[in-house]
Amino acid sequence: MVDLVKLIINGKEVEAPVGSTILQAAEMAGVEIPRLCYDKDLSPLGACRLCVVEVKGNRLLPAACVTPVYQGMEVDTDSPAVVEARKTILELLIANHPLDCLTCEKAGACKLQDYCYRYGVKESPFAGEKHDYAIDDSNPFIVRDLNKCILCGACVRACEELTGADNLSYLNRGFHRKATTAGDVDYIDSDCVFCGQCVAVCPTGALTEKSMVGQGRRWDIERVRTTCPFCGTGCNFDLAVKDGKVIGVLSNPDAPVNQRSLCVKGRFGWDFIYNENRLTTPLIKKNGQFEPASWDEAFSLIAERFKEIKEKYGPDSFAALSSARCTNEENFLVSKFSRAVMGTNNVDHCART
Amino acid sequence: MTNPISDIDNEVELMFLIGTNPTEAHPIIGYKMRQAARRGAKLVVCDPRHIDLVDEADYWLRLKPGTDIPLLNGLMHIIIKEGLEDKKFIEERTENYEELKAIVETYTPDRVSELTGISVDDLYAVARLYATTDKAMIFYTLGITEHICGTRNVMSCANLAMLTGHLGRPGAGVCPQRGQNNVQGACDMGALPNVYAGYQAVGVDAVREKHEKAWGVSLPSKVGLKIPEMFAAAHEGKVKAMYILGENPVLTDPDANHIRGALEKLEFLVVHELFLSETAAYADVILPAASFAECDGTFTNTERRVQRVRKAIEPIPGQANWQTICQMFNVMGYPVSYNSPKEIWDEMASLTPSMAGINYERIEKENSLQWPCPSLDHPGTPVLHVGKFTRGLGLFQPSEHIPPGEMPDDEYPFLLSTGRILQHYNVTTPYSKGISSIWDKEMSELNPVDAEKLGVVTGDQVKVTSRRGEAITQIKVTDRVLPGVIWMSFHYTATPTNALTSHHLDPITGTGEYKVCAVKLEKV
Repeated sequence: MVDLVKLIINGKEVEAPVGSTILQAAEMAGVEIPRLCYDKDLSPLGACRLCVVEVKGNRLLPAACVTPVYQGMEVDTDSPAVVEARKTILELLIANHPLDCLTCEKAGACKLQDYCYRYGVKESPFAGEKHDYAIDDSNPFIVRDLNKCILCGACVRACEELTGADNLSYLNRGFHRKATTAGDVDYIDSDCVFCGQCVAVCPTGALTEKSMVGQGRRWDIERVRTTCPFCGTGCNFDLAVKDGKVIGVLSNPDAPVNQRSLCVKGRFGWDFIYNENRLTTPLIKKNGQFEPASWDEAFSLIAERFKEIKEKYGPDSFAALSSARCTNEENFLVSKFSRAVMGTNNVDHCART
Repeated sequence: MTNPISDIDNEVELMFLIGTNPTEAHPIIGYKMRQAARRGAKLVVCDPRHIDLVDEADYWLRLKPGTDIPLLNGLMHIIIKEGLEDKKFIEERTENYEELKAIVETYTPDRVSELTGISVDDLYAVARLYATTDKAMIFYTLGITEHICGTRNVMSCANLAMLTGHLGRPGAGVCPQRGQNNVQGACDMGALPNVYAGYQAVGVDAVREKHEKAWGVSLPSKVGLKIPEMFAAAHEGKVKAMYILGENPVLTDPDANHIRGALEKLEFLVVHELFLSETAAYADVILPAASFAECDGTFTNTERRVQRVRKAIEPIPGQANWQTICQMFNVMGYPVSYNSPKEIWDEMASLTPSMAGINYERIEKENSLQWPCPSLDHPGTPVLHVGKFTRGLGLFQPSEHIPPGEMPDDEYPFLLSTGRILQHYNVTTPYSKGISSIWDKEMSELNPVDAEKLGVVTGDQVKVTSRRGEAITQIKVTDRVLPGVIWMSFHYTATPTNALTSHHLDPITGTGEYKVCAVKLEKV
């Protein structure tokens, strides 16, 4: 049995396991506390301070994501002081942010934008220097715009705690602090394995999928959950579809095997489906050359020749090679076709080769 | 896998890896292993190559290629000598223990050290660690199976797990990570010459009669041909016609020239493919295939988890693959009228006891299900062999050392071993523009000692020649490989690695010995 403590959140008595943070206890009680750096799959950091709450008897506003609950604790997640503090935090964050939401890829899926909307933060009273980092466009998969980075550290933690590539860390201090690669080189020149976990956890437009740039606003994208077609791990992800076309892969936290993690192939290798060498019509070889044919022509020829060969040489003169890349249903059909139609058990696939 | 992938997150105390490179071939599993090791789980890596996970390992057993059986026998020898075997498990759950004991008796630490190149101290340490860790999982992939003794290698892994009672409970087990997205499913669906879906043998009358009744035809009882036998039969003129779906054996099967010869001899070949592959070039008719994004259906992963594949876009060739295959039924005079893949699944499940409880509605609701799942109220089976093995008692099948079919000699002095790299997946990813724009050519690994002798540096080209063929490759100089070894991937058309690979096969499975053959290298 897990020991529980009783506390009061927004005037309501709730229970939470010993060792829970205020943020976790609130979530269990159905109270959502705004957060930018907190991510349930990553270690808590307490960096963004947006999750501050008021705790009775505490004259400071503690960060809910790193403050443990205790018996009798009284928490207010939405008091005037809390709201004021969150506004100020957002104003500080956007003081050094491009605010180019009109063209930002992440508009509609940006937490910074969402919270500014919620708290009515339109502009920052804090005028000062802004970063002017060059955009890292060095690789085919990820666009890195550190001008939009809010230093939540989710990318650094994902790189270390999900993938273990340890390719990202913090550099410099103060205004010049940045989350970047060792030696601050472009991704392509770093030890990046291009798993894209950093993109999946980034709450702003700092890290985005290159394939999706200019392809559609986030709210217009249909997400179709499916299973990765590469290795046997069985990762799930969402195909991002716009106007009948796949434009990218997005992580789906409900994926039973992989949660939001993917590898370079699953996240970025899907574009083989639009390779211009895809076959689009049946082809029949005539005089050593392939010529386009209709489906009907192809099927008639197949029927004629398969029947002829089966008749002449017997059922075992046919063999089918099914596919470990295709679906269960397709494999079942190939097995049934070989056995029930061609009359042979000569059906196999590459399981052993 | 006997156990679920999530055991790596939640249960495991020791991961024993042999012949598997998960951070590249099964990256998400590899990433989970790395995190588990960093959380404090022990990690043993048995691999001739310095794979990434070696950097996280407590022990790296850098065995000589093709000496897996001596290594495993040697570990079992020590476990028995030190009385660390699980006597209760052996007594209650297994048979043939005496034969195992007799065979491993001769695999003394000194002899095993000599055969494998691993120090006696490491053998003792790892044997004790594995035997005395409660939750220890064995992981392997093709580094175990792609040998002339692949089946015996697998059995030896199972022997080690049974000897120490590491089966039938969470955090234990023998876990082969299956290679392709649906290699598990293709087996499960009966795309095999000896079984219908769910491993129901074609030779069993009741099974065959059940399918005859369902399908309304009489069915053959004779076991069919395995892939290498199909190509051999094509060479002999016994197989005359083939249908090949989504496979490119010319690039992926060992001894490619033999495959090409077989395809040439066929009277009629139908290839159902996404691209005009090396294999499709031999076809008489090519049917254009739809990709995973264009089809509904299911894949079954390495832990027997059935998950949905969902159609996101309209099929580029105009129809989904299941529709194309159905049309083949129809034109052959066996009409079928499935309206969707769901109906195909339902027919399969109605004939397959181990899948009977899985359907699309449940997958939708429960996210995924792991077979065996015999009834609609069954929750699925994350861990196999709990309390009892499928066959009843676990059978120890010990083996003597079986050296590779071909080893380096004076004429072909290098050992060639092959595998996958992170960025590519067999022969599909080269069609990804993004991936192929960075990883566009084979970079074969060669030890600095050999590179210096040959006078090559990273980026230089060499010609690799075996008794079966040749290929030109670029070299990457690295001590990831031992001296005397060249390691190559097989993803690139320009470097057809499988023109080189061995013609030796595992006699039971027909699996090619991709992991070991002899080659010579010349700078070009």
